[in-house]
Amino acid sequence: MKNEMVNYLGENGYFGAYGGRFVPEILIPAVDELSLAFQEILRDEDFYKQYYNLLMDFSGRPTPLTYAEGLSAYFGKAKIFIKREDLNHSGAHKINNVLGQGLLMKKLGKTRVIAETGAGQHGVATAIMAAKMGFQATIYMGAEDAERQYANVFWMKQLGAEVIPVTTGTATLKDAINEALRDWAGNFDNTHYALGTACGPRPFPEMVTFFQSVISKEMKKQINDICGKNPDRIYACLGGGSNAMGAFVEFLQEPGVELVAVEAGGKGEASGKHASRIAYAKAKTGVSQGYKTLFLQDDDGQMLDTWSISAGLDYVGVSPILAHLAETKRVRVLAATDAEVIEAFKLIISKEGLIPALESTHAFAGLFREIADTKPEDVIVVNMSGRGDKDIFNIGEALQDQGWKTFVTERGKAYAD
Amino acid sequence: MQIEKQIEAMRKEKKILLMTHQIIGYPDFAANEKVIECFYNNGVDLIELQIPFSDPIADGPVFTKSNQAVLEKGIKVSNCLKFIERMASKYPIPFLVMTYYNILYQYGVEAFIDRCKEIGVQGTIVPDAPLDEARAYYDYSRQQGLAAVSIATPYSDPKRLQEIADIGSGFIYYVPRKGVTGSKTTFDSEILDGIQKAKKETGKTIAVGFGIQGPEDVARLIGTADIAIIGSKIQQVLETEGLSGLDQFLGDMARVNKEE
Repeated sequence: MKNEMVNYLGENGYFGAYGGRFVPEILIPAVDELSLAFQEILRDEDFYKQYYNLLMDFSGRPTPLTYAEGLSAYFGKAKIFIKREDLNHSGAHKINNVLGQGLLMKKLGKTRVIAETGAGQHGVATAIMAAKMGFQATIYMGAEDAERQYANVFWMKQLGAEVIPVTTGTATLKDAINEALRDWAGNFDNTHYALGTACGPRPFPEMVTFFQSVISKEMKKQINDICGKNPDRIYACLGGGSNAMGAFVEFLQEPGVELVAVEAGGKGEASGKHASRIAYAKAKTGVSQGYKTLFLQDDDGQMLDTWSISAGLDYVGVSPILAHLAETKRVRVLAATDAEVIEAFKLIISKEGLIPALESTHAFAGLFREIADTKPEDVIVVNMSGRGDKDIFNIGEALQDQGWKTFVTERGKAYAD
Repeated sequence: MQIEKQIEAMRKEKKILLMTHQIIGYPDFAANEKVIECFYNNGVDLIELQIPFSDPIADGPVFTKSNQAVLEKGIKVSNCLKFIERMASKYPIPFLVMTYYNILYQYGVEAFIDRCKEIGVQGTIVPDAPLDEARAYYDYSRQQGLAAVSIATPYSDPKRLQEIADIGSGFIYYVPRKGVTGSKTTFDSEILDGIQKAKKETGKTIAVGFGIQGPEDVARLIGTADIAIIGSKIQQVLETEGLSGLDQFLGDMARVNKEE
């Protein structure tokens, strides 16, 4: 796969009003070093070949584009295709970015990697990369998330990573990012911070987008091979924004392709318990975690608590690139509530035999809400960013499944005895 | 700029100046007030007051938790500014406000600087406002005669060091090592050389913060730094030994200037 010069690069790390690198002075040399290395690999075809070969050999790319026959027939409207990022090794798109950053680390001569993780998918991907490439790994995870997603904590530890639960702040993803930035400030000589989403200080938003662009590069070819045209619409879930950017970036210059991002509506707009920055228009421009973007914050500028059934979307900021694309109306943003997501989940699993991650299910929920407006000749792609095995506890609870509850209770009792 | 003149005058009297730190509202305003009184009585030269922020990335675990504790009590920026105003009118000593850029950004950067000036603050320290991103903040502060303290590190190359010196005002806050606030710094000859180099190349007043634990660290800085900044250690002393412990601690610090 060819590395074409990408069209999302910002002006000095800015995308409209958003972006930048608002880091403590001690981190300036680290972000400078990384920016320089990123500029070099952008022009380096050989690096990209090495990267894509690694994705093919190790992660299983290209991932298929599956025709969702059952869902398409059920609605009797547009033809629905699903980009299967769940079929990557580790079960999510996160591995694309991490393997790229791992190769970059080698280039920089770093031996230790740190990362933050929300749902745990990025943490697992980073731990896998570190194990494969021989790096030492430390993963910061909000204590609350570590509790919600213990299965991923277990895997990270088995892979040899140190997992540090973060108890400060709201004990979720944003606090894990803060801790990772603090660690980086103390150890940048030998340590690379493998940020997991298209957020944070320059060059992370562009760099993560660059590594995730494999999604839309493949998608574009696959859908044109199958349908002889670009999709009419693409849906992706939107937390930090890495899978959405990955799915959208190759189509940004194709005005005929409508790009729809779906945020976590949590318990609904009125509840105040959600993580919708854009769709509910509750966020304001601010500066935190090393960059300027739309953050959910109070009048003083203190970051607010967020909520989502899905730990991976439960984030207070959003990629500066997506903030800009939403402002310029290139990307349309919706929010799906937890309840809509559970309903969508039931439909997908029954009609397609697929088990999407709760994050990805938001993208489907957005599509299902709007599918009545489509025509049978329309072609829609949903980016299924990850698989749902990790969510079994949350889904089992949300579905109030008695068999599952009994199983968990019995297991718990067995350990307590 | 008023603070520069004050520092110059104070430097004539002392080998090194002391700047101490408090997080406003932690553990509460009444305690802050007693601590500030203790600072003043012990001859502290400058006081840095931190307005809490939810995501203080330059702070270590001790300060991060204190920031959070204040916010959980519902204390607002306006409460902090009122408190600073009261302290600044009570004690004839330069006060500086330390906080994170988003606090200024939401208040309105110019409005925040204007307000600081109005309430008798001499300067601001904003660790996540690097010169390339927050030029307007530095420029407006200078224009208003309020110090916008810029930050340098041993990793600032000569060109950047000069830019840091040019854009900031009041003095340069020199962070002598990697990392965040709270853990100890060993003031070895390499660090002292770095401080000396920064002073020589910029010709500015240099304040050194991060990791100063006791009078011996301050003594080591005499002859290289102009100002020693003590932050996390004060909170630690207060938590373990209370106000009388702090009084003793600051007394020991002040004696550094009297020793031959």
